[in-house]
Amino acid sequence: MNEVAISFAGQTLKALGSGALWWPDQQLLCVSDLHLGKSERIARRGGPSLPPYDSQETLNRLAVDIARTNPATVICLGDSFDDLKASAAMQAEEQRDITALQAGRRWIWIEGNHDPGPIDLGGTHLSECKIAPLTFRHIAQAPAQAEVSGHYHPKARLNARGRTITRPAFLVDKTRLILPAYGTYTGGLRSTDHTLDALMDGQAIAILTGSHPRVIPMPR
Amino acid sequence: MTQIPARIASWFAAKSWSIHPHQYEMFNRALDPATLLIAPTGGGKTMAGFLPTLAELADGTHEGLHTIYVSPLKALAADIRRNLRGPADEIGLHIRIEDRTGDTSATQKKRQRVDPPHILLTTPESLALLTSYEDAPRMFAGVQRVIVDEIHALAESKRGDQLMLALARLQTLCPDLRRVGLSATVEDPQAIAHFLARHPDPCQIVQADPGPDPDIRMLETQEMPPWSGGGAAYSIPAVLEQIKQHKTTLIFHNTRAQAEIFFHNLWLANDDGLPIGIHHGSLDRQQRERVEAAMVRGDLRAIVCTGSLDLGIDWGDVDLVIQIGAPKNVKRLVQRIGRANHRYNAPSKALLVPANRFEVVECVAALEAARAHDLDGEPRGSGPRDVLCQHILIAASAGPFDASALFTEMTTAGPYAHLSRDEFDACLEFCATGGYALRAYDRWQRLQQRADGQMQLRDPRAAQRIRMNLGTIQDTDTLKVRLKRNRGGKPLGEVEEAFAASLTPGDTFLIGGQIVRYEGLREMVVEVSRRADRKPKVAVFAGTKFATSTQLSDRVLRMFAQPDWPQLPKHTADWLSLQRDMSRLPQRDRLLIESFPNDGRENLCVYGFAGRNAQQTLGLLLTKRMEETGLAPLGFVATDYATLIWGLDAVTDPRPLFQLDALRDGLETWLAGNAVMKRTFRASATIAGLIERNMGGQRKSGRQATFSSDILYDTLLKYDPDHLLMQITREEAMRGLVDFGRIEAMIARIGDRIDLLRLDRVSPLAAPLFLEVGKVPVKGAAEERLLAEESARLMQAAGLTRD
Repeated sequence: MNEVAISFAGQTLKALGSGALWWPDQQLLCVSDLHLGKSERIARRGGPSLPPYDSQETLNRLAVDIARTNPATVICLGDSFDDLKASAAMQAEEQRDITALQAGRRWIWIEGNHDPGPIDLGGTHLSECKIAPLTFRHIAQAPAQAEVSGHYHPKARLNARGRTITRPAFLVDKTRLILPAYGTYTGGLRSTDHTLDALMDGQAIAILTGSHPRVIPMPR
Repeated sequence: MTQIPARIASWFAAKSWSIHPHQYEMFNRALDPATLLIAPTGGGKTMAGFLPTLAELADGTHEGLHTIYVSPLKALAADIRRNLRGPADEIGLHIRIEDRTGDTSATQKKRQRVDPPHILLTTPESLALLTSYEDAPRMFAGVQRVIVDEIHALAESKRGDQLMLALARLQTLCPDLRRVGLSATVEDPQAIAHFLARHPDPCQIVQADPGPDPDIRMLETQEMPPWSGGGAAYSIPAVLEQIKQHKTTLIFHNTRAQAEIFFHNLWLANDDGLPIGIHHGSLDRQQRERVEAAMVRGDLRAIVCTGSLDLGIDWGDVDLVIQIGAPKNVKRLVQRIGRANHRYNAPSKALLVPANRFEVVECVAALEAARAHDLDGEPRGSGPRDVLCQHILIAASAGPFDASALFTEMTTAGPYAHLSRDEFDACLEFCATGGYALRAYDRWQRLQQRADGQMQLRDPRAAQRIRMNLGTIQDTDTLKVRLKRNRGGKPLGEVEEAFAASLTPGDTFLIGGQIVRYEGLREMVVEVSRRADRKPKVAVFAGTKFATSTQLSDRVLRMFAQPDWPQLPKHTADWLSLQRDMSRLPQRDRLLIESFPNDGRENLCVYGFAGRNAQQTLGLLLTKRMEETGLAPLGFVATDYATLIWGLDAVTDPRPLFQLDALRDGLETWLAGNAVMKRTFRASATIAGLIERNMGGQRKSGRQATFSSDILYDTLLKYDPDHLLMQITREEAMRGLVDFGRIEAMIARIGDRIDLLRLDRVSPLAAPLFLEVGKVPVKGAAEERLLAEESARLMQAAGLTRD
């Protein structure tokens, strides 16, 4: 199966191999750090003209997850756009795609550090969002209680018979769940980084994304 | 100019030196637009290049820059400065000679642009950088001559292509510029001449007397070379003995890792405490400079080194060159040997030390080729377009330009003489808008057309970023290594990021001849402490790997066909006999494949003798087919003579894998998704300016802000597969890393004569492959199986069971 079931705050959640989180009881799909418009922002700031297909690719993958789960609610957990100008500069086609994805469901944009303000697209704009018992916000806070967040783009590495495998990963402990970045042009922060190490408790697990997501103790 | 000025002639006379015939000839040709000198090391090559400059500067009337000297090595530029200063002072020439490299201080660099010296000694990158400034026309006004040293080395790389584009620019600024190339012995001087000259200028080739043949042998040792491995530790006592018997010995290695291990072992055995140093490109600059200075003073009896000492630096009195490991290429061997004994007309002395028994065969073949003056080499195609893209950006940094004029200028560079306008326009389009099928950047073009038709940077600040990312040398991502101290410990050198990632605290590795213990990673610096262990975990450096030339491979195969091997040492002849008994020896017109279990994995060894790059490609093609047929390959490694593939399941029937026509037909699509293509893409995308290595002093780090170039490749492959950079990647892969020509030659040679032998264990000939570095992982079904296993094991070990 292309998903791993996890028990978190008394709820059963599914970590999908794509990096999205599925909450069956609420029919809720959550993705984090889409960073739409990243290539446009880099070019606008005088950087190289990267292949301008990243937003399309991200939305295509999201469309696959939405088609598969048919969610009642979609939460984009912040940094959905690489900056506020990027949301305004979306190609017409990409805007149409987003509108199509939003049709017939509740859509929540959580504010991130890259996109700290309202977005001129359909959906509700919130700084954070509580759907009992879970709280959805962009950056993990201390102390946390049943908190689902993104921001750090976690990835985890393991060594299997001499092969090093690094993948974007969910990090989960008793009180926190951190999603990997969903956007196409996103890198990752190793779970061994001291920030993540300090954030997660000793029993934390990492779920490596991929065609067959796998659970390991969070590498430290 | 017909006469050497009296002051210079009398200086030669005072030294009781005679001017060599080739120096005279170079002097007499000083007004030619381009001249190429082919001379052995120590043949007074540098003086032959500079004599016309000294003569033209002798009357003291020239204002500003007169001669630019370009060498591939920073150290060489500094060395030439020292060697030129002496004669200039003794002759009484009041001229300024300065070097300008990546190591020159910012203040000095700024001053040089305002007030250039008469002679500027520099590198291709520094010269290209100079042409990118708006004040380039002023700085280069009046330049008369450019001397390109070690041009045979530059002509093999993109650094040379970049240099020729910079010279084309320089020639536009200084139409009277005359070019001189200095080269070691090469197999095709005409190709180098074409590379050097402004197209279509003629270029005369001056051949110096090559001198007597070198005295070159295989080192005789008490102990036998091992079955496998690259360390040549067995030869340490014999090598030490040779060091004692000679004044100064250069010990060449093919890779940095091998140099480190050898140096470490040499020190452990160095009971007399002979002064021995190590020098390679991964060492910290200060460390390298210390070794270079000690070498110049004659304080060192031996220096363990890699290609970083390959080129013509005149250091001390080297009377012996030892080559550890098979030389892979006869031309390079001959050039390295030229490092010994710089007295003109005295034979160079060199010893070959095979690292293992297969290399004994290669060394004997190389010796036979060197004695027969049978130099090898493959013609290099036309200049790559990623360098062209970078050069367009460099031109834009200097100011607005006319596209047609730039095109005309670029086609005067030898490597780009056959560039079509369409190809140029595609590169220009890429630089301006990204050149994507989806026109997303019309608002944010990098280059814009002005009302007068000239092209210019949209954001002038971009020039700074372009300059910072200039160059064609691909450093694999490396991390600095420092001793762990309170306030920034001593820098030791650099290791590859991938190697650093494989370390866990407590691991030991070798760097700069010391064993150090990995303590941790802090702000992209590998922190280590000193250790006195005897057994380090070996540092894997990126040391350049050369493919054994076609000519040398053929010699080896011819040798295999002999009934016995009187020219080989007994141990090696016995080993080949054993292979013949246990399995079979590869033959020139057949393809031998061995299949055997080893260490819990199934192995397949394919003896194609097509050279490292082609064997690597074969590995990619075969593992792809194995993945498709469910044979769960895990990875492969290639050497010059074979490809070893390992996986979870045995191959019992090779026929489906070796349908060679299918291999050829599917190459394009097969290559698309593999690691070699991604590596090639990364290199070309960096050169072409799509990926920035340097972001305003802030190095790309493992933070979440950056992402892998593989993602860009995957995105282009999916949405814009015919994008210019994808075309360049395919071209580059085909000619360099992929070397598909040699696979085709092999296919043609063997036809359907494929022999699969199933063995119960590893064969004598296959054994060395298990120690090869550069293993290529296959990310497929096998990885998912391993991941599942390891995930279950770890969770159980941690006491975390899942329902």
